Order: sequence, then C-alpha cells, then structure tokens
Amino acid sequence: MIRHLLSAGDLSLDDATLVLDTADEMARLTEGRAVKKLPTLRGRTVVNLFFEDSTRTRTSFELAAKRLSADVVNFSAKGSSLSKGESLKDTALTLEAMGADGVVVRHSASGAPYRLATSGWINACVVNAGDGTHEHPTQALLDAFTMRRHLGDLAGKQIVIVGDVLHSRVARSNVLLLATLGAEVTLVAPPTLLPNGIEHWPCATSYDLDDALSGADAVMMLRVQSERMNAAFFPSAREYSRRYGLDARRQALMPPEALVLHPGPMNRGMEITAEVADSARSVIVEQVTNGVYVRMAVLYLMLAGTNTGPTPEEAA
Amino acid sequence: MSGTLITGARVLGGDPQDVLIDDGVIVALGAGAREQAGDDATTIDATGLIALPGLVDLHTHLREPGREDAETVETGTRAAARGGFTAVHAMANTDPVADTAGVVEQVWRLGREAGHADVRPVGAVTIGLKGERLAELGAMAESAAGVRVFSDDGVCVHDAMLMRRALEYVKAFDGVIAQHAQEPRLTEGAQMNEGELSGRLGLRGWPSVAEEAIVARDVLLAAHVGSRVHICHLSTKGSVEIVRLAKERGLPVTAEVTPHHLLLTDELVAGYDPRYKVNPPLRSAADVAALREALADGTIDIVATDHAPHPVEAKDCEWDAAAFGMLGLETALSVVQHTMVDTGLLDWAGVADRMSFAPARIGRCDTGDQPHGRPVAVGEPANLTLVDASTTTTVDPSASASLSRNTPYEGMKLPGTVVATFLRGRPTHHTTGGTA
Repeated sequence: MIRHLLSAGDLSLDDATLVLDTADEMARLTEGRAVKKLPTLRGRTVVNLFFEDSTRTRTSFELAAKRLSADVVNFSAKGSSLSKGESLKDTALTLEAMGADGVVVRHSASGAPYRLATSGWINACVVNAGDGTHEHPTQALLDAFTMRRHLGDLAGKQIVIVGDVLHSRVARSNVLLLATLGAEVTLVAPPTLLPNGIEHWPCATSYDLDDALSGADAVMMLRVQSERMNAAFFPSAREYSRRYGLDARRQALMPPEALVLHPGPMNRGMEITAEVADSARSVIVEQVTNGVYVRMAVLYLMLAGTNTGPTPEEAA
Repeated sequence: MSGTLITGARVLGGDPQDVLIDDGVIVALGAGAREQAGDDATTIDATGLIALPGLVDLHTHLREPGREDAETVETGTRAAARGGFTAVHAMANTDPVADTAGVVEQVWRLGREAGHADVRPVGAVTIGLKGERLAELGAMAESAAGVRVFSDDGVCVHDAMLMRRALEYVKAFDGVIAQHAQEPRLTEGAQMNEGELSGRLGLRGWPSVAEEAIVARDVLLAAHVGSRVHICHLSTKGSVEIVRLAKERGLPVTAEVTPHHLLLTDELVAGYDPRYKVNPPLRSAADVAALREALADGTIDIVATDHAPHPVEAKDCEWDAAAFGMLGLETALSVVQHTMVDTGLLDWAGVADRMSFAPARIGRCDTGDQPHGRPVAVGEPANLTLVDASTTTTVDPSASASLSRNTPYEGMKLPGTVVATFLRGRPTHHTTGGTA
C-alpha cells in the first residue's frame, strides 16, 4: 500500500481493489452492530486538518477514525497563508511536534497535500481530503465502492460524469480511479467546463447529455456553482439546468437499472431535480454511509501497517 | 605604464590575444599589448578563457526600495558582477514604485555607491503601476538617472489607449516602452501554463494567447505611431511568430527571452514546487525549442534575466500562495552556454551580441559618459567578462551573492564559470580574488 494518498492515480489496480475489499470488510464488521468500534488504530493519532469548510467530509473522516479507535484531532485552520494566517509549513511543523500519525488534509489550493507530503515538514501519512480543483481520492473510492456494490466488477461498465469538470476534484479522481478499475468513463459538460488537454485523459467526452445517457450503468452528477455564470462559463443557471441537468425526462433515457450518484452537497433544481435525487435509482444517501467504510479502509491500510495491533478480523 | 594585462584571452571566442587595460579603458589589443604594458602592470593569465564585453541585463528586480529582505541594490549588483554583468536595468515595481524622478535617482545613486555594476533604473509607465495615468516619464528621463526604458513590468499596460500614448510620448527623449505582455482578463488567478498538465494538476491555466494577443496588438500600435516597443520575457512559440512577422515587415520591435524560458518546461510544475512558479509561466518543450531558434536567428534580440528574488517564506508554501519569480543573474551565462552555445545554436560572438551589445542598444546605454555594450577594441571602456567555458558546476543556492535563494537550478550541473568581471577596468568580481 502507498504511504500517502494524494491522487487516485497513485493507486494501482491491486491497491484500489485492496481498499475496496477492505471497505467491504469494514462494512461487514460494523453494519447492524450496536457497538461499531474496532480497536485497530488504538493509540494512533489522526489529525483532520481542514483549511476549507467541509462538514460532511470532515465528519466522515472523523467517524472513520473513531470507529477504528484512533485519537482524532480536528484542526480547522481557517485561513491559510493565503489569508495571512499561519502558513501551511508552520501548521505542519506543529502537527509533527504533536506526534500526528496521519494527517487528513482539505485545502483550497491544488497540490497543498502534495507539498505537505513531500516537503520534509512532517513524517505522518498524508491523506488528501480534497485539494482545490485537483483531486479528492477518497470520494472516488467511495463512489467506486458504491457502484461496485450494485453493479459488481466495474470493468467495462459505462460511467457518465456530468457537470463542472474544469473545477471538479471529484471528476479528476473518478476518471483516474475508474480507468484503473477498467470502467469506461464519459465526461459530459459544456465546452467551457472541460479543461484544456482533456483529450489526453483516459476517458471520452461529450457536449450532449441525452446522447450519453442511453448506455449508462451509472450517472454521476457534479455540483455546479451558479456563480460560475459570472465568469461566463454558461449564460444562466436556467440554461445550464436545461442542457446539463438531470431531470425525470432524462432519467427515462437511462437504462432502468442505471444508478444516479452525486458527491454532495446537491443544488436541487440546478444539476439535479428533487424527483431524480430522491428516486429509487438514486444512491446518493448510500454514498455518505459508504464514505465512512472507505475512509476506515484507507486509514487502516495506511496507518496500521507499522502497528502490531490486531487485524479487524481478529479484533471483531 | 601601469594597468592590467590580460594574457591569452579569446576575445568573443576568437584566437588568443593579450588585452591591456589602463585607467578604465582598453589601451592595447594583441601583439603590442605586452610590450606596452611594462613591468609594473598587473598580469592576469586568461589562457583558455573567453573574453566578452561586460554583460548588460535589461530586466532585473533589485527590490530596493521596499523589499530589502529579498534583495538590495548592493546584493543584487554583487550577484550581477558574479554573473558577468557590468550594467543592470532595475525594474520599477519597488515600494514605492519607481514612478518619479526621486525614486529612480535614489536607485541610481545606490548603484553608484555599491559600485559592483552600473544601475540603470527603469521608470514605471503609469503611476503606481496601476495602468490608469501616465507617470512623469519626462522627469525620469531628465533626472540624473537618465531613464530610457519604461515598464510596468509585473503588470501589463493593458489599456490600448494608454499604451499608444506611452509609446508616442517617449519618442521625445528616445525612450522605449518594455511591455509585460499579459492580457489580464485571460489570466485572472492563473497559476501555470495552460495545457494538459494544468488541467490534470487543477491549477488555473495561463494560456499562450494571453501573451500573444498583447504582443500582436503592441507591434501594431508601435507601427501605427512609429515608436519602438520592447517585449519583455517572451515565452511562447506564437509570440515568436508574431515578432518574426513584425520584423519581416520592418516594424520597430525588439524582444527578450529569459534564461529559464530557454531551459525549463512546465513539466517541472508536476511536483507543485513553487520554485518553478514564474510569470510568464514555464511553457512546453515546443515553446522552448522555438525560443532557442528565435534567439539564434535574431528574432529575439536579447537574453534578459528577470532576476526576481523572494524571501524563503514566499516559496516555502503551497503553490497558489507562492510568489512568482526566480533568481537569474548568477546563472544566466551558464544557462545560455548550455542551451545555445553547447548546442551549436550560437557562437560566443552571438552571446556577446544577445547579452551585451543588443541590450545596451535597446536600453540606450551604449552611448554617453559611461557606455556599455561597446566593442572590445582600443579606446573603448574596459567593461569585460572573462569566462571559463570548460568547467561544470553544480548550482548551490547558498553560494549566491543574492539575499534570496529561489533558484530553479538547485542541484543542476551547468557549464561555464565567470572568472572575472571588470567595470571600467576595475575588477568587480574575480573567482580567486573574491568580489570587489
């Protein structure tokens, strides 16, 4: 297993499969139990270092670490060096001095977790919990985990990802991970929201959502900030939602068994209608539950390596 | 007769000859020099060394006044002397901005006091670099500093009307506008060259067209008003093509390229190390190849360092928070040797032209009381740089004379060493004797 999880592209097929299988194990060991705690990471310290607000991701990591019996510290460093607060380096040195074993970092600057892991400031394992418009690897893992539970092996499956790819760390991580797992990804967005050079990504692209939906095994809608129209990425929220939003009419174009995913938080009425979000084929709430299992797996695999503690099986 | 006898130097890379300098002037060259020197002359054995005219940098950030934690005129010009430069043009983006006669005279005077290299201040085009109102260009031109180069470098003079007026206005005193070509709306929040890698890294892209659109506009404006325009740190293949076309049509445009744009590519950004963060950004390998070719064929007139010192904390952080800029004075000649001479694209006479004669001409410091970029000939000022092209050195940031350490070449092996630099006959740098 890799030492830091910075990009979904760092995971080999074996690594990714190991994480997903371990997450299955975590689910099996805790689902339906009154006491959901495993003693696996007892005595280990996990710091949630959040330079950017994200209640859902932070809570998910916090729950995951606590269920593994790790000591969890929430370090919300609002305001990075960008806003004249403490620098990333000084924060890192502080965490190192406190003896953090794992640092889960969320940052508005792309590459900040990479800097943290490679600058020699800390020895802890670094898990990227979302950096700028770069990546969000545990989100991709939980998405893959959710899809795998419903669709089985993802090799050859058709996954459609729709929305603001340009600014989406979720899209980047999903494309990389799904390519590793052998799925066939199509990104759908207005041309303004597809990054320059996307023809080199391991996926297909389309500007036409209706076209892309017909063969889909799963459709993932990305959050689109309506402020984007101020920078002329699209003319209006209404036009965006007409051309790229998922509504009941479009859902009817999908195969009946196809899943609907969304990383949250949703803009209901913008990229997805309430009707679709709450439909039987929506696994959006399940993604949140699975997020905890996947993050348990990641923390376990990264932090328990040097530990002599029991395996989850033994502990259970 | 006293003076300094330099023996066996290969002037501009030619056959070895002796050079006798006295009282700041080259007094003899070749066969007669040794006889004329007499017994009391200091002799410097330059066997195997290349002798170049003192290098002239048209684009240096000395940071004083305002950011003396990053660089001062004294430390920056000491770095210049070590890099073989005898004159540097100090950019205007100081604090306060060099937009008045008072500030440019202060910088000019600090240069004279330090004595390591002549400092030619660049005046701001607009007050406070704000791009709104012209600074008092005439007052700066007439000041003791004798400013001839005007630039808002760091920001683009993007208002076409203002640029037109500036180009016209400086004709009265033979000035030149040096444009930082960067269309602001296309580069809001931009972090690196826009391409496959920026998309993958999630860093805001800086498209080539943002530079090329301004280059194209400004060569047309310059042609329209009959003024010369100089393009700072040209970085893209497309800009090269525009300048080439403009020159074919006889338009009055000159252009510079930095050493780092001749050597480094955007692939280096992949590790998010802010040492590689620079404005304009590092571009693709195809751009680098086009820039080298353009410097060789004269489309790009000069190499200018864009030496941009920053304190440690400005680079020891996440990419978005880091400052733009790289050191350049002490490594410029080595990078040019590596990319242009050792590749066969340019000979040493060509280096002398691109790094001394041409920048001095563009900056109008090739005439006057203390000219630079003059031929290595009898009667000319003894501004000389001796280079050992046979060495290879690993770049060590801690060995720099600059106050800052933000070199992108740390650990790289580069060819050539500046052995000595003479400013009007006085050694401002000597590898054995240290700096003056």
